[in-house]
Amino acid sequence: MAEIEPRWVLIVDLDRCTGCQACVVACQAENNVPTVGEHETIEGRWLHWIHIERYWEGEYPNIKARFMPVMCQQCTAAPCEPVCPVFATYHTPEGLNAQIYNRCIGTRFCGSACPYKTRTYNWLRPEFPEPLHEQLNPDVTVRSRGLIEKCTFCVQRIRRIEIEAHAQGREPVDGEIQPACVQTCPPDALVFGDLNDPSSRVSQLATSHRSFKLLGELGTDPGVIYLKGGETNV
Amino acid sequence: MSESEVLAYPEDSSAAEFEDRLLLAERTSSEINQAVLQPMFRTSWKFWALVIFLSLLVLWGLFAWGYLIYWGMGTAGINRPVYWGFFIATFVFWVGISHAGTMISAVLRLLKADWRRPITRGAEAMTAFALMMAGLFPFIHLGRVWKFYWMLPYPNNRLMWPNFQSPLMWDMVAIFTYFIGSTLYLYLALIPDLAMARDHTGKWRQKLYRVLSLGWRGTEAEWHKLHRALSIFSVAIIPIFLSVHSIVSWDFAVTIQPRWHSTIFAPYFVVGAIYSGLAALACILVIVRKGMQLQEFLRSEHFDALGKLVLVAGMAWVYFWFAGFIVEWYGNEPVTRELIHEEVAGSLAPLFYLQMSANLIPIVMLIFKKVRTTPWLLLVATLLVNVGMFTERVLIVVGNLQRNFMPFNWGEYSPTWVEVSIVVMTFAGFALLYTIFSRIFPYVPVWEIKEGRLRYTVRRIGRLLVPTAAEIE
Repeated sequence: MAEIEPRWVLIVDLDRCTGCQACVVACQAENNVPTVGEHETIEGRWLHWIHIERYWEGEYPNIKARFMPVMCQQCTAAPCEPVCPVFATYHTPEGLNAQIYNRCIGTRFCGSACPYKTRTYNWLRPEFPEPLHEQLNPDVTVRSRGLIEKCTFCVQRIRRIEIEAHAQGREPVDGEIQPACVQTCPPDALVFGDLNDPSSRVSQLATSHRSFKLLGELGTDPGVIYLKGGETNV
Repeated sequence: MSESEVLAYPEDSSAAEFEDRLLLAERTSSEINQAVLQPMFRTSWKFWALVIFLSLLVLWGLFAWGYLIYWGMGTAGINRPVYWGFFIATFVFWVGISHAGTMISAVLRLLKADWRRPITRGAEAMTAFALMMAGLFPFIHLGRVWKFYWMLPYPNNRLMWPNFQSPLMWDMVAIFTYFIGSTLYLYLALIPDLAMARDHTGKWRQKLYRVLSLGWRGTEAEWHKLHRALSIFSVAIIPIFLSVHSIVSWDFAVTIQPRWHSTIFAPYFVVGAIYSGLAALACILVIVRKGMQLQEFLRSEHFDALGKLVLVAGMAWVYFWFAGFIVEWYGNEPVTRELIHEEVAGSLAPLFYLQMSANLIPIVMLIFKKVRTTPWLLLVATLLVNVGMFTERVLIVVGNLQRNFMPFNWGEYSPTWVEVSIVVMTFAGFALLYTIFSRIFPYVPVWEIKEGRLRYTVRRIGRLLVPTAAEIE
């Protein structure tokens, strides 16, 4: 076992993100995220754990689209955690903000408290239209109606790699653990790793002058680090 | 000097006025008993029509709740980011209404304000029933209501425990404590009247009252214990009543959502609760007085005093509202600015101006004694207050959730038939419980009135007639 617990972080390079939404699809496939259909989406009830926020900058014709993938920020001082009455959301030793679906009773307090609004709620019975129902991931619970879910950094993948590595008597190497979004991202805008390992790729990228944390002024200390986008992101 | 001597001077108008006010005039104890008991037995077809109508509304609301549980929260209008909607707003409203009962009863009992006497029972019953309605909403709004018992701290073999850092847990504890406290308080003060009713009724009523009056005989020792218990309850329930709405406000204030995250929320909520609660009480008293012909006990001086209390609470509400609003307006932080803009000039403006006018107009109205002492004017003013306060709660809950730090996640909210049905269900349920209560239990606390009579006499000092008060509490 490692001397210190890992601190899992996700780097999002906004210079590289093209807004292609491949991460959204990958996440949905990996984590059994139900589909809700057009009507519910308009109502604001889509369930994506990761979504691409699109912001327009400037006035026509000098207008630019900015893409920003946003998922649960895995805050160190998470506003959602103290307000849950049943500990359905809590902090793991590795700094993950865990959500226990089976424990959630659906007060939606965490959703109201979350400044990023990345927590999604199962408003109705989950639907997996054909053929999606045949590709459910056995490693992830299928959630019922009435509970909150959110990005877990694909904790099932972290655990599987850790167990395999430990069975071989070693630690997982940097880059071996990849959440579904990271694995899929075509322009390599997403990087996942252990911030407590000074040689890891995320540790290098986190020191970039472009790095910032979303709503850093709120003091939530997120586990997702963004790299500022420049002129290439047109 | 005996009472008859006083009555020998009918030409003296001041004596007549005192007698009238102090209920001394020409009423024996048993006449008072009958005056309170008779309206309980008079149930016309209108009463039953009302009961059936309210029951139908409640049944429809229960169906809507079942529909909500079966299909999920999506049948309500809430969404992301407006995770909380009408349910929580109405919850806050009912908890607010429940505050006036204790306010009237405990605070005024401690202050020995004698005008409270005829209205205490109505106020305490209002607290109990409003809390019952408020207590439904934490269940209604749960996504998985069948797991509600996970919030209870009971030992279990999975070693799971609720999170007492969460304001929802404080809420549960506070409301439960307040409910038990206020129900006991209502019941304690009922015992002598139940015994009185037991001695003057027959059939099923007598059986019921005999059980409920716990063998009260009215001995000196029993009275002593009752007064002692009521004094203890009066003192003990005041911190509870202050804490309940403070805790409700912390459901919002402990988050970092702009406009919720405010230190003034707790006293602001308490003051708002007293304002809406007292207004609701005045409303109910006007209606019950008409429905049960209790003009003899609920007099203009009571409405006058109650109206003054509503007025003071209303001005305090304006002060707290302004103190919160002005600081956020000048703070001019981006999200707060957007929220305030939505309120005063955006999509929420109709609600905002409804809130302000419905809360401010009654304050102006209640300045005039004519409004305070004319039942229908008082009814209009206090109904307006409750419209205003309900709108205020909707604005606080829904309005502030529509905008947040991430403009991509801004949203809109409108309630569905499910939410409206359930909210109407609680109003109908409250009215139903209250209506039935007023026909089963003496609505006017007879013993308190008689005690007030004992406490006051009109004495003659030289040529002057003076009302005097004795220390009997």
